[in-house]
Amino acid sequence: MNFNIGDYAVPLIFAAVFIFGLAKKTDVFSEFLKGVEEGLGTVRDIFPSLMALVTCVGMFRACGGVELLTEWLKPVTELFGFPAECTPLVILRPFSGSGAVALYENILTQTGADSFAGRVASVMLGSSETTFYTIAVYFSATKVKKIRYALAAALVGDVCGWILSAAAVRIFLGA
Amino acid sequence: MSVMMKWVFGGLIILSVIIGFIRGDAAAVSNAAVSACGEAVTLCITLCGIICLWSGVMRVAQTSGLTKLTAKALSPVLRRLFHGISPKGEAMQFIVLNITANLLGLGNASTPFGLAAMRALEKEEKSGERATDNMILFVVLNTASLQLIPTTVAALRLQHGSAAPMEILPAVWVVSLINAALTVTAAKIMGAAARRRGAGL
Repeated sequence: MNFNIGDYAVPLIFAAVFIFGLAKKTDVFSEFLKGVEEGLGTVRDIFPSLMALVTCVGMFRACGGVELLTEWLKPVTELFGFPAECTPLVILRPFSGSGAVALYENILTQTGADSFAGRVASVMLGSSETTFYTIAVYFSATKVKKIRYALAAALVGDVCGWILSAAAVRIFLGA
Repeated sequence: MSVMMKWVFGGLIILSVIIGFIRGDAAAVSNAAVSACGEAVTLCITLCGIICLWSGVMRVAQTSGLTKLTAKALSPVLRRLFHGISPKGEAMQFIVLNITANLLGLGNASTPFGLAAMRALEKEEKSGERATDNMILFVVLNTASLQLIPTTVAALRLQHGSAAPMEILPAVWVVSLINAALTVTAAKIMGAAARRRGAGL
């Protein structure tokens, strides 16, 4: 059950890259160093937006904003038969991966992994990404200022996915 | 970028301060600001190691011609999705690697590939300050979950005593697929609409 494809994939990829490189007579060491230098440039470019996003999300979580929004969204979530315990996850998931995982653990502890809310939270977390974070970080590696319809298109999928996750649990797991 | 982030960033900070004051918990907000910016640095240092490591490995794979080989094998599907990108170019190679890492759930590797793909797209399509349709399509594909096995979720479910940690798989697949399909369709429609109107949006 604890089989993790990542445990095997990463070392195998490393080995394949260096074996292929040496076979092709590539100077693997100096190419590696050049790559690291390029990587540093990327990190420097994305750092400011990372800093901004993590800070404002941290402040928003601390002030109780997530709980407040959960309360406001109640009429909407009830309409879709969406478990109230999972609403905070909807709010935090697009902004923070680690925050969402912490909330998810909370839901599992409170309601149990095999409860309806626990299953819906599992499906939500497994089928979505940190949308705002991804858009902010990916574009900050470039000089793009106008992201046009990127956020709108990403949110269309996210919102439908969240609404569907409760329905999918009902269909596939019965409750 | 700056247009969206202007409102997200400004809005979240102003809201946090107002809500903090109303609830009489301004201290929590100011503490969070200090600790969160420290967290951002920690996150960046963690990312720095991973991004540099993968950039180094990728550079080796690129010079030796290995990425070109993998891109050739995997690009037929992606070529249909991304119009006007050179199938053998740097951008397509990184897009292929990013998607592959996403499918395998190698989150640590997919971000470095994704950032490299964005830079290569910027170079190839000469985007300037305005995102190109292919850049947007690539980013929104990354905002949908492409991971085949949600390992973090399964591990946490097991840890929290689930009788069947993997029972959620079919539901996760269907929802992920619908999320990705809708996102890509929305991007294609919005891109076509923008082209019809001329520039703009």
